[in-house]
Amino acid sequence: MDKVLGDKRAILVLLGPALLLYTAIMLVPIFWSLGYTVFDGNPIVGFTFTGFDNFARFFQDPTAWNAVWFTVRYALVLTVLQVSFGYLLALLYVFWLKRASGAIRTIVFFPVVLPTVAVALLFQKLFEAAPSTGPVNSVLNLFGQDSVDWFGFPTSSFWVIILLDLWRSMGFYAVLLYAGLIDIPEDILESARLDGAGGWRLVRTIVIPLSLPVLLSSIIFSINGTLKVFDTVVALTNGGPGNATTPLTVYMFRTSFAYGDYGYGSTIALALTVLCLLVTLAIFRSTRRDLTKG
Amino acid sequence: MTTASRRLARLLPLTAALGVGAVLLTACGPADTGGSGGGNQEGKFTYLGQTENTTILNTLETLKGDQCAAAEEGAPLTADSIPGTTWDQQLQLVASQDSLSNLSMAAGTPSLMQDFIDAGQVLNLSDALEDLGVADKILPAAESTIKSLYGEGDLYALPTELNIEGFWYNKQLLADNGIEAPATWGDLIAASDKLLAAGIQPFSAAGKDGWPVTRLVGDYIARDLGADALDQVASGDAKLTDPEYVAAADAVAELGATGAFGDAVGSVDYNAAMNTFLTGKAAFFYMGSWALANFNDEEQNEIGVDNVGFFPFPAVEGGAGSIDETPANVGIPVMVSAKNYDEETTGAWLKCIVENYGDTVLAESGVVSGFALDNPPTDLPETTQTVQDVISNATAGVLWFEAKFTSQGTTVSQQNGGGLANGTLTGADFMKLVQDANDAG
Repeated sequence: MDKVLGDKRAILVLLGPALLLYTAIMLVPIFWSLGYTVFDGNPIVGFTFTGFDNFARFFQDPTAWNAVWFTVRYALVLTVLQVSFGYLLALLYVFWLKRASGAIRTIVFFPVVLPTVAVALLFQKLFEAAPSTGPVNSVLNLFGQDSVDWFGFPTSSFWVIILLDLWRSMGFYAVLLYAGLIDIPEDILESARLDGAGGWRLVRTIVIPLSLPVLLSSIIFSINGTLKVFDTVVALTNGGPGNATTPLTVYMFRTSFAYGDYGYGSTIALALTVLCLLVTLAIFRSTRRDLTKG
Repeated sequence: MTTASRRLARLLPLTAALGVGAVLLTACGPADTGGSGGGNQEGKFTYLGQTENTTILNTLETLKGDQCAAAEEGAPLTADSIPGTTWDQQLQLVASQDSLSNLSMAAGTPSLMQDFIDAGQVLNLSDALEDLGVADKILPAAESTIKSLYGEGDLYALPTELNIEGFWYNKQLLADNGIEAPATWGDLIAASDKLLAAGIQPFSAAGKDGWPVTRLVGDYIARDLGADALDQVASGDAKLTDPEYVAAADAVAELGATGAFGDAVGSVDYNAAMNTFLTGKAAFFYMGSWALANFNDEEQNEIGVDNVGFFPFPAVEGGAGSIDETPANVGIPVMVSAKNYDEETTGAWLKCIVENYGDTVLAESGVVSGFALDNPPTDLPETTQTVQDVISNATAGVLWFEAKFTSQGTTVSQQNGGGLANGTLTGADFMKLVQDANDAG
C-alpha cells in the first residue's frame, strides 16, 4: 500500500479524475458565483460592473434582514428541538427499550425516507382551513373553537414548518445519536451504577460527556442543514404569508431567477455561506475546551 | 484480511454499481434544449404555453386541421407547457439560452417583457404584420392596451384574449337581502355589512394568490385619483406611500378587517375562490371576464348562469376617476421569438393565426379576443354579450395594480395581498413593502 501511495503518478491517476470532476462541477461554479457578486444584471439584459454595490444593498435591505432573522430563528429552534428529541429517543432506545427498540426505531425513522413535497402536502391538508376543514381544525371545532387559518399568519406558519421538520427529522437524529450511545462501554455504566449513580445523574455525568463528540456532530450537522432550509418552506408556505417565512435560500433563489438579478442573488448566497461558516466555527470553539479536558 | 477490510470489499461492488448508475443517469439527462422548454426545432413550429391555459393550444390545434393546414404542412405544430407558477422564471432561463419557442405565451410581468424586447428576443409585430399585410386584423383597443402595457410604440404580442374586470354577483343573494348592485364604494361597504349581519360571506377572493385582492387596491386608486395615477408612480412623480395612495390600501384592509372575505382568505386559492362563488357561498366575486368559461359551465356553476350579474368597480365618492373607465387587460398574450423568425414557416403560421384566431376562439370557447372578427356568431351566451357590450361602451381602459411594477414589486404585492384581505396588514405597511420592492428592483 505504501509503495502505491508513494508513487506520485499513481496518486495522480487515482485522484486526478475525481479532482477534475470536483473542480468542474463544484469549484468553478462557486468562483463563478463569487464573481457575479460585483455585477448587476442577468444573461438576458447583460451584466454591468457595479463594484461593491450589491454588498451595500444587502446591508440596507430590510427584506434580506428579515430573511436572515427567519433563517437564524428557524435554525436555532429546530436544532434545539430535533437534537433534544433525537437524544431523548436515543436514550429511550438504549436504556429503556433496549433490544426491543427495532420496531420503534423503524417507525420513528420512517418519515425521514418520505419525500419532502409529499410530507408538505400532507401537512397542508392536516392544517387546512379553506376550502375544506382539515383534521386539526376539525378537532378545534369539536371543542367549540373557531378554525385557525394556520398558513395565513406569520407565527402559526412558522410553528407548522417547525413541526413538520421536527416530525421528519427527529428519527434521523435518534439513529445518529443511538450509534453514539451504544458505543459507551457497558462496564463504565455498570461501575457508575455501583457507585450509586442512576437516572438523571447517570445521564448527566457519564452518558452526555461520553457521547459529546457525536452530539456535537449532530448539532453541527443540524444547524448547517437548517440554515440552508429550502424545500420544506417552498412546498409548505412558499415563504408566505407575505415574506414572513422566507429564509435566505428562498430569497436568493427568487432574486436570481424570478427577479432576474444574478449579482444580488449571488451576494445573498455568499452571505449565507459566511453565516454557516461563522456558526460552525462558533460551535467548534465553544466546545473545544470540554473535548480536550474530557 | 481484517473484518473491516472484508466488509469494505463486500461494499465495493455496491459502490461501483452506484457510481455507474450515477454516470448513466447524468448521460440520460436532457442533452439539448428541446426538453421541457420547447425551444427552437428546425422545420417545426414550436409553441410553449402555461399548463393551466388550454384555450390557446386547443384553438391552435383546431386551426392546424382547418384554416392553417398549409402552414402546418410547412412546419408542423409542436406544443409544450410549463406550470404558470414558475412561468416567468422558466421563460428567463429559456430566453437566456436564446431558445424561446417560435410562439409562446408572454412573460406575466411587463417589465420582464421589456427586457426581452430590449434584448432583441421578441419579434416586432407591427413590422411583421405590416409585411404580411394583416396589420388591420388587430383591434385598436387591444393594440393600445398591449402598447401601453409594455411602454413601447410598437406591438410585441398578440391579444389572444381581451378581458374586462369587475364585480360579478349572485343576483338571488342580493335580492333576498334587499340589496341593489352597488354604484359607489360606500354602497359596497354597506352591502357587505348587511350581508355579514345576515351571516352571508360578502366576498369570495383568492388571498393565497394575492392578485384578486391587490386588483381592488389598483381599481380604488383609479377611481379615487384618476386612471393615470399608477403611471405617475411608475414615472416616479408619486409614491405608493403617499397618503392618497395609502388610502386605497386602507379601504381594502378595513374591508378585510371586518371579515368580509371569509375566515381563511389567506389560504384560499383561485379555484377555491371560484368554487365558493359558484356554489352560492359568497355574494360578490371580483374577477376578469375570462371566468365566463367557468360561469357558462353547468357542472361548476351551481347557482345558474342566469343568476350571475355584473357591475363595474364602483365609483369612489368625490374621486377623480370615472366608473366608465373599465379595468381591461389582454390576459397573457402570445409573443413570437425574433431569434429564429422565418417568413416562410413562422410567418405563414403568424398570418394564419392573426386572420383566423378571433373567430375560432369565440365560436369554440366563447373567449373574446383582440383580433378582428370576420364571421361573428349570432347566438352568443348572455354573459358573453354583456362583456362585449361593456367593452364597446368603455371610454378608456385601466391597467391593473402591478402592471407597471418591477418583477420584485409584482411578487411582493401579490404575496401580501392575503395579508390585506385578512386584516393582518395595514394599508401603510402594505404600500411600504411594495414601494420598497419597486425601488429595489
